[in-house]
Order: sequence, then C-alpha cells, then structure tokens
Amino acid sequence: MNVIEVNALEKIYNDSEVKVFALNGVDMTIEEGEFTAIVGPSGSGKTTFLNMLGGLDQPTSGQISIGGTDISKLSSSQLIDFRLRNIGFVFQAYNLIPVLTAKENVEFIMHLQNRPKEERENRTMSLLKAVGLEGRENSRPNKLSGGQQQRVAVARALASKPKFVLADEPTANLDSKSTENLLEIMEELNIKENITFVFSTHDQRVVNKARRVITLEDGKIISDVRKDILPQ
Amino acid sequence: MITSIAWKNIWRNRVRSGVIIAAITIGMFAGVFTSTFYKGWINQRLEAGVETEVSHIQVHHPDFSENFELKKFIPESAKMADEIAKMDFVNGVSPRMVVQAMIASSETGTGVKILGVDPEKEKTVTNLFTKVPEGRYFEGVKRNPILIGKKLAEKLKVKLHSKLVITLQDIKGHLTSEAFRVCGIYNVGNGMFEEMNVFVVKSDLARFVQLDEGISHEIVVHLKDHDQLAQNTKNIAGKYKESLVQSWKQMTPELGLLNEYGNIYIYFFIIIILLSLGFGIVNTMLMAVMERVKEIGMLMAIGMSKFRVFWMLMLETVLLTLTGGFLGILLGVAVTLATMKSGIDLSFYAKGLEDMGYSSLVFPVVESGMIVIIGIMVLITGIVAAIYPARKALKYKPAEAIRIDM
Ligand SMILES: Nc1ncnc2c1ncn2[C@@H]1O[C@H](COP(=O)(O)OP(=O)(O)OP(=O)(O)O)[C@@H](O)[C@H]1O
Ligand SMILES: [Mg+2]
Repeated sequence: MNVIEVNALEKIYNDSEVKVFALNGVDMTIEEGEFTAIVGPSGSGKTTFLNMLGGLDQPTSGQISIGGTDISKLSSSQLIDFRLRNIGFVFQAYNLIPVLTAKENVEFIMHLQNRPKEERENRTMSLLKAVGLEGRENSRPNKLSGGQQQRVAVARALASKPKFVLADEPTANLDSKSTENLLEIMEELNIKENITFVFSTHDQRVVNKARRVITLEDGKIISDVRKDILPQ
Repeated sequence: MITSIAWKNIWRNRVRSGVIIAAITIGMFAGVFTSTFYKGWINQRLEAGVETEVSHIQVHHPDFSENFELKKFIPESAKMADEIAKMDFVNGVSPRMVVQAMIASSETGTGVKILGVDPEKEKTVTNLFTKVPEGRYFEGVKRNPILIGKKLAEKLKVKLHSKLVITLQDIKGHLTSEAFRVCGIYNVGNGMFEEMNVFVVKSDLARFVQLDEGISHEIVVHLKDHDQLAQNTKNIAGKYKESLVQSWKQMTPELGLLNEYGNIYIYFFIIIILLSLGFGIVNTMLMAVMERVKEIGMLMAIGMSKFRVFWMLMLETVLLTLTGGFLGILLGVAVTLATMKSGIDLSFYAKGLEDMGYSSLVFPVVESGMIVIIGIMVLITGIVAAIYPARKALKYKPAEAIRIDM
C-alpha cells in the first residue's frame, strides 16, 4: 500500500529577485514499511521536499497524497490537524519542550490528540523503553545528551501513531556513537513495528543503513536505489 | 497540561519574569492601598458631612439662603415640623431658628451663624452632641448657654465658661446685644464648619430676636433609611410646595460629587497604573515569544493548533499578570488591615486639611466589592496584553520558524 504519492511536484521560491526552483518536477511513491533516505548536496531541495511531504509548506504545483488524502488542497488549520493525526516529526534540533520532562514531552502529543490518560501513560512508558530511555523519564531535555534528546523525539513522533515518520537530518548534531545508536533504534522500530521512516542525511553511515536511497540534485530525483536485502 | 506548560514557561527566565511580577506587585499594592486609603477618607468626610453637619434633609423658606433674612422663616413652621415628625420614614426632626450675627470675646470678634435649637430634638438629627470633648452639650451653664467650635474658640481666644457677646438685628431691625456663656466646645475636624456655626437654645434666641419660639428658619430631617434619600426628599417636597426641600446632596454638591464619583477617581487611578504595567507586560511577553519562535514553530509543526498555541501564550501572560496582581492586592489589603484600626495621621504633613473639612487622621477601609473589581481589571489587563505577543507568534509558518537562525 502506498503511504505517500507525489506527482509532478514543484516548489518555486519567489521571494528574492531570482526564482529558485527548489523542487522541479518530482514524482515518486513510498510504501508502508519503507526505510528511506533522501540524500543530495546542500541546497538540492531535501528540506523543501520533506516539508512538502509533511504538510509544513504548500507546493507551487503538483499533488501530494498521504494515505489517499490530497494534502495540497487542505487549509493551513486543516493541515495542522492532519499532521497531528498522520505524521510523526523528528527535526535536527529544537524538538522538545524544554520545560517538560522526557515523559511529558512524549505524552504531550497524545494530549493534543485528546487520548485518555491511561493510554497516554502506558504508551509513553513503553515507547521510552523502546528508545532505551528507561530511568530517564523524569529528566528535562537540558539534562539529556543530544542523542538522548533525539531518541525522546523519536518516541514522541511515534506516540501519535502516525502513518510515517519524517526526519530532516536527525543525526546532524550527534556524534558517531549516538548516530549509530539512534539509527539502530529507528531500524528496529521499522522492522519490528513496521513503522515507515523517511529521513534526509549527509552522513554516509546513515545512508548505508537505509534500504532505499533517493538522491536529489537541483530539485530533481537523479537516482532511486532499493537494497531489498534485510539486515540479518 | 497546557496550563502547566504556561506556568512553567513563566519561570524559564526567572529574572525577567521576576522583574515584571515585582513591578505589577508594587503597582497593584500602590493602587489598592491608595484606594482603600482614599475610600476611607471619602467615607469619613461623607459621614462627618452628613451625620454631623448637614443631616439628611433640610427645609427652608425659598428665599432664606439669599441673605439669611430673619423675616424669611418657614410659614407655619411648628405645624410642619410636627407633621414631618409623624411621617413613617422619618427618624428625627429638629426645627431651628437661624440668625447671622457678630460674636465677640474680650479679645476680638467675628461673624457667625447662630443656630437656635432644641438640644434634645437636635440629638435626633446629628451626632454633634457626641463630639463635645470640652465641657458638655448644653449643660453646666444656667443662663444663655452657647456651644461653639474648637476653631472659633481658638480664634476668639476663649475657654470653657468664657463670656461671649452676640450682637444682631432683631425682627424690628434694632441692633441689640446679649451675653452668652460657653457651655461646651465641639470638635468635628472641620475647621470651616467649627468657625461658622454656633449653637444656642432656641427659646433663648427667640426671646433675643423677639420672634415666637415656634418659628423656624430651618427644619432638619433625619431619615430611618438613608437609601431612600431621593424618594423621601420628594415625598416631603411634594407636600410643602411653598418651601424649599433639599437633600444633603443638593445642599452640599461637593459632598454629593464625592459620593457619586469617588469610586470613579479610584478606578481611573487604577486604570492608569494598569495601562503602564500593561506596556511592560507586552514587552516582556514579546521578548519571551520572540526567543521561542523555533519552539513555537515546532509545536505547530507537530500538530498543536493555532488556537492552542494562542491559548498557551494567553495563559502564560494572564498567569504572569495575575501572580503580580494577586501579590500586590494581598499586600495592599494587608497594609490596610494593619492600619485601619489606628488610622494614618496626616496632620504632620498636611496642616490645612482640617480647614477644608477633611480629617487628618485617616482610617483606610477595605471594600470587598472594590477589591473584586480591581482583580477583574488586572485579569482584563493580562488578557489584553497577551493578544499582541500571541498574534506575533502565530504569524510564522512552521516551516519558516524552524528555518530561522538564532
Ligand atoms: N524559504 C525560502 N526562501 C527562498 N529560498 C529558499 C527557501 N527555502 C529554501 N530555499 C532555497 O531552495 C533550495 C533548496 O533548499 P533546501 O533547504 O531544501 O536544501 P537542502 O537540500 O535541505 O540543503 P541542506 O543540505 O543544506 O539542508 C536552496 O537553493 C535554498 O536556498
Ligand atoms: Mg536541509
């Protein structure tokens, strides 16, 4: 089943005198359970592309359909609600609410979804356990390492039971050990829970973990490679 | 959960929030204490003006107040006084004979208003008889007792039992003099009133000016229920169309204004304080919001609705404002309660106050209704101050907000 379908996607930034074709005719689909990396040089349009997929920005033309809904037709407040129910986000930084503990940060998104308290608490505990943060539930972000903070963000992204998780350079601020650790956790969630991940990266070790690698250049897909061998 | 986030957000920058909370606390303390103080002052002035000096309603001949002519007495005044005394809403009636005269001690003299009263009836319309610290209220002097004010005693340099000579024109126009002896010196804390008004027994004055004792120039009425003042004044006026019937509010417009608009002054003062605090609050919240643009963008990106973000920032501003407001009001009430028994003595700073009828010993009063209104005004300030910073935060699209470099 296709989770994401993109047709003739274009994004043109007009705000300076020169038009920037950040995305220039992108077509592709992503199926449930994929573990896909978006790569490409700086300025190639990775962030722009992920923002479109996540409904954070409107395309200039073309369609994006997520689970059958054409999100380019939604108003900005409909989009917020759509994101809340369908998409998990992990950003490069500023993922967490600094005044809340790890546990509260994960619970927060389910609170926005108006889930009952019991469900919120159970799910938070099992997710924090899954990302290896048992025992750190009550720490605030500033008491956690960068890698631990990103793992809380992954747990938070999953807490909303999204159709897929988008991560724009989730490891950019991490050392190699934390990078490896975060990728292992994402991979495990992908294999065990069939969670769909789409992430962008500059890091070759992260690219190596991906099972599908889409390469962008000047706003176009120049290669799309599947490695259909599951790791042992 | 959003409330708790809002509250915690306030304390992210302790110094900045602390400074604005302290400012609100001080501002509201000043506002509340000034109002309880001012309210106490107004109440005392009203109480003195109404219960000691004017009483509730007075009846005169329509032309009497022009130049206090002896001939302009109230027609059939004895009958009228009796009839009014029988009205069911009337608590007490005192018919007075009023004459302008010169009064002289052995040292000096001055012009005064002589009020001839029945001492017992007079007790039913004012509480002057309770304000005679020196001597006694029409007792202790056998012939021609006179009750004078403290200020006048000082001016004439007389003491208790001193002799005073009153000179006036009797009803026939003859200049005539008679000696009176000071039986008491009253003190009402209003120098102007004390200097102008002297009280003698009505029958003494009647004989002196050669009028019948039953004749009155002024009928003073004290009501059972002061809340019915306007209605009762109308009732009496309706019955005696030939006479001038006035409530204290009509007779002393400055006291009426104090009564009607005193609270408005207080609220106006508080609004000015809150307005200036409001700008400080807006500024603080703007700083708080601008340094959190990325975080707010992230919240909207993961699915927090604009309404919820707005609500969070609104709560944050309101809680900040209410914290300061609550502390300030609490402090203001505490200081009021601490000073309301003993009063605050202003005589050292403001010697002229008593001459204008204002007591220099002020007893602040806490009126719960007023405190509630001030609390609501603080709340409204918080809500209004929240709007601009919160709207500013919502202006960014999440994708832009996350991109901004800080
Ligand atoms: N808001 C914007 N206004 C104008 N131009 C923009 C805007 N956002 C992106 N661009 C331009 O669009 C192009 C694609 O940018 P994008 O951020 O998507 O690249 P990227 O692949 O994510 O780069 P990086 O690897 O450096 O993160 C760039 O040329 C960029 O300058
Ligand atoms: Mg990027």
